[in-house]
Amino acid sequence: MKFAIVVFPGSNSDHDAYYATRHVLGEDAEFVWHKDTGLGGADVVVLPGGFAHGDYLRTGAIARFSPVMQEVKRFAAAGGPVLGICNGFQVLLEAGLLPGAMLRNRSVKFVCQQVHVRVEQTDTPFTSACAAGQVLRMPIAHGEGNYYADPDVLADLEANRQVIFRYTTADGRVTDDANPNGSAHNIAGLCSRSRNVVGLMPHPERACELAVGSADGLVLFESAVQFVSQGAFAAAPHA
Amino acid sequence: MMERAVLERHGLAPDEYQRILEMLGREPTMTELGIFSVMWSEHCSYKSSRVHLRTLPTTGKRVLQGPGENAGAVDIGDGLAAVFKIESHNHPSFIEPYQGAATGVGGIIRDIFTMGARPIALLNSLRFGPLDLPLVRRTFEGVVAGIAGYGNSIGIPTVGGEIGFDESYTGNPLVNVFCLGISRADEIIKGTASGVGNAVYYVGAKTGRDGIHGATMASAEFDEKSAEKRPAVQVGDPFMEKLLLEACLEVMKTDALVGIQDMGAAGLSCSTCEMGSRGGAGVEIDVSLVPQRETGMTPYEIMLSESQERMLLVVKQGREGEVERIFDKWDLHAVRIGVVTTDGRMRVKDRGDVVADIPNGALTDQAPVYRRPMTEPAYLSAVRQLSLVSLGVPPPVAEVFARLLASPGIASKRWVYRQYDHMVRTNTLVVPGMGAGVVRVKGTNRALALSADCNARFVYLDPYAGAELAVAEAARNVACAGAQPIGATNCLNFGNPERPEIMWQFARAVEGMGAACRALDLPITGGNVSLYNETDGRAILPTPVLGVVGLIENADRVVRRAFQAEGDVIVLLGDSRAELGGSEYLKVIHGLIRGVPPALDLAKEVALQQVLVEGAAAGLIRSAHDCAEGGLAVTLAESCFETGLGATIDLNSVPVDASYMKEVATLFSESASRVVVSVSADRVSDLFALAGTHGVPVTRVGLVGGTGIRIAIDGMTAIDTLLVDAERIWSTAIERHFEASRAMA
Repeated sequence: MKFAIVVFPGSNSDHDAYYATRHVLGEDAEFVWHKDTGLGGADVVVLPGGFAHGDYLRTGAIARFSPVMQEVKRFAAAGGPVLGICNGFQVLLEAGLLPGAMLRNRSVKFVCQQVHVRVEQTDTPFTSACAAGQVLRMPIAHGEGNYYADPDVLADLEANRQVIFRYTTADGRVTDDANPNGSAHNIAGLCSRSRNVVGLMPHPERACELAVGSADGLVLFESAVQFVSQGAFAAAPHA
Repeated sequence: MMERAVLERHGLAPDEYQRILEMLGREPTMTELGIFSVMWSEHCSYKSSRVHLRTLPTTGKRVLQGPGENAGAVDIGDGLAAVFKIESHNHPSFIEPYQGAATGVGGIIRDIFTMGARPIALLNSLRFGPLDLPLVRRTFEGVVAGIAGYGNSIGIPTVGGEIGFDESYTGNPLVNVFCLGISRADEIIKGTASGVGNAVYYVGAKTGRDGIHGATMASAEFDEKSAEKRPAVQVGDPFMEKLLLEACLEVMKTDALVGIQDMGAAGLSCSTCEMGSRGGAGVEIDVSLVPQRETGMTPYEIMLSESQERMLLVVKQGREGEVERIFDKWDLHAVRIGVVTTDGRMRVKDRGDVVADIPNGALTDQAPVYRRPMTEPAYLSAVRQLSLVSLGVPPPVAEVFARLLASPGIASKRWVYRQYDHMVRTNTLVVPGMGAGVVRVKGTNRALALSADCNARFVYLDPYAGAELAVAEAARNVACAGAQPIGATNCLNFGNPERPEIMWQFARAVEGMGAACRALDLPITGGNVSLYNETDGRAILPTPVLGVVGLIENADRVVRRAFQAEGDVIVLLGDSRAELGGSEYLKVIHGLIRGVPPALDLAKEVALQQVLVEGAAAGLIRSAHDCAEGGLAVTLAESCFETGLGATIDLNSVPVDASYMKEVATLFSESASRVVVSVSADRVSDLFALAGTHGVPVTRVGLVGGTGIRIAIDGMTAIDTLLVDAERIWSTAIERHFEASRAMA
């Protein structure tokens, strides 16, 4: 099975996503340039972290116009699993594949540290191998990860069980202290209504080996492998 | 004849102008005068420092590239090279902290990827005034945000460094940035131009009027008018640099390049003449072809602009299309602006008319070199006197301990490094703030430990000894992680070299640095000199920073600074003496920088580091932490912090002439060549045997465990505190300065 790692100019965690899927997980992985108009027959698409196009305007605001995003939208519409990490999550928000927006962190500073997130739902391609309520330790590294949505959108997200990850304490309690950036409802990650598009601010690809601090993030990629190999998403819509 | 005022504005002395006349055999054009002024500035020519720098050791069996290129390189095995350098961006960072620091990061990253290496780690060594001054907090906040803004965006982790505080840096902060990259050892690329007829390409950001005379600014002191120099600070664009980085590395894989150099200080002038000079060729360019951001720029402005994120490339004939296509892919447009010639001259044209025609040598090898006069500074004899008796009875040691933990020089720098992405690239094995930063080298079993250090108080009290101590400390820090120190880069920050006392400090520090590097077999493969660090006639503490790269053969054997397991035995390697000269204790408690620095025996230092490296490789040492500022008590506390394991310690007192200083001297003395290590109980004898083999003094001082830090001296309790209390003081001290200021605002 094959992961496509989309490379925007300014992506900087593309190599990390590649390393995690190819070398740690041992699956096939391929970079896809943002000007490409195909996804190379991939089974899973990853939009990696970074500062696409410099993010001088608004994070992810220009990346959504990249030619490859048309393909990503088509892939997602056909039920293909798409994971947006950090800047990739921001791009998904800007592209309208997930609802809401990002504000600057409430500290008004970039924050890089390990955080804990609780897995809220396991019926997505990226959490199917998790236990419900499982707490994962993964790093965050962002300046704009303060998730915002209108109250009715938030109510919808909760009602439709679209909140997939929430910032918590190490023992899984949702507290304000455990919220590193001020996100509404401690939201760290979401899925689409169709559940196949997932975005999160923490970096699972940086948490795939104990040597670098945590191996908890690997389960997201293992879930995707399981999801694809079970044929849950069989008809890859290749352009 | 040029007017005197014109020469002064260009920072050229009358005799230097005479020399230009002789070299050219005529009057220079204004463009030529501008080019001479930047190339002969202290910043580019090293005219005051060169005779001293020549004495440093620069060769060794692992050295692949010594000084003279964009960066140095050492062999790290498996056919790979570590390419690294440190550079200062002090002056711009005072004038405009965010952009000054950001462009400092951008500049050093370009130096590394220009060599064909992918940058994988950044460090920085910073100095500021006291944090209770609003101006200093603003500078500090801006510098940290600037480093973060650039490094985070481009995706290179900042994995370590050091930060110091002293009044002398209030108007003259130091921002020294280190970058390390990895390349194939046989694929290092040079900044050279050769092959007559080969095309010279310009790629990257367009040229604007920013940064004109930046190098000249960095070669002068500050005064109250410095803010007017703001236009001489450049503005960074990390996105452009990220594109350049990826595109250049892609081009380098094709073998179509002859050479490449970034345009840093002195911009197009420097890259053009240096590339020609290194290749024994000439370079001819036409400035009208240079992409420009503003209209009406003169050749003078184009040649002197220090606009960021620009590169100069020489491409092999017939390969131009290939190179252009790669840059196009990244939406960068490589523009042909000139050609390589045979005549060893830098010829600049403007729409075909020659506006500058200078032999390369006049701007590089034959630039002025000064042996400036030196005098031992008058302050030295007074400050070296230290009578502990005259200090009176010290505060209770528990209070001293708490105040030292809260001192910004010692306190946790979490507030700072949390703003740096220190995990991107997934190589970081030891995160910042925990001793040396450690990154693994993917595709191998190896890891590299990196540290940058200098205790400037020691250098101020004795430049020779202080520089030796800086080398020893930086190397010891990487050895603590289990790494063999294999290469170094220096950043020498001093005041105005035209003052004989400053020149003496500089010369003695370089001698001391050289002596220590020779003893430790540690070649210096490049670096940077930053002089004129003065404001209104007051110089900074002399601050020769050494960045050291250490090699760990087995990445699974990295040693951390924090205690690892309850019941482990705590052992002190090295001898303790009553050495409070230049200590954090004297500075924080008595407001003094006095006395003589701790004694250093380089042979003992070498032996100690051998024990650390061998002990780590054998899996014997469970944790190791160097004793530095704050002495043994602070080192023990810091060894507890990360893992939250307490310690119970009993120390032997050190002899001291003022008996009521016994506890202070035992706990806070900063004797060199000491490391606190922990070892599992069943391996204690092995460690003692290893230390014995190398003749390193070894003392069992306590046990890991519990929730407190309990330190007794000769059996009498001196410090007894809950670990959480000590850690809270230490970890929040710096952010409290910012919270307090916000509360008041």
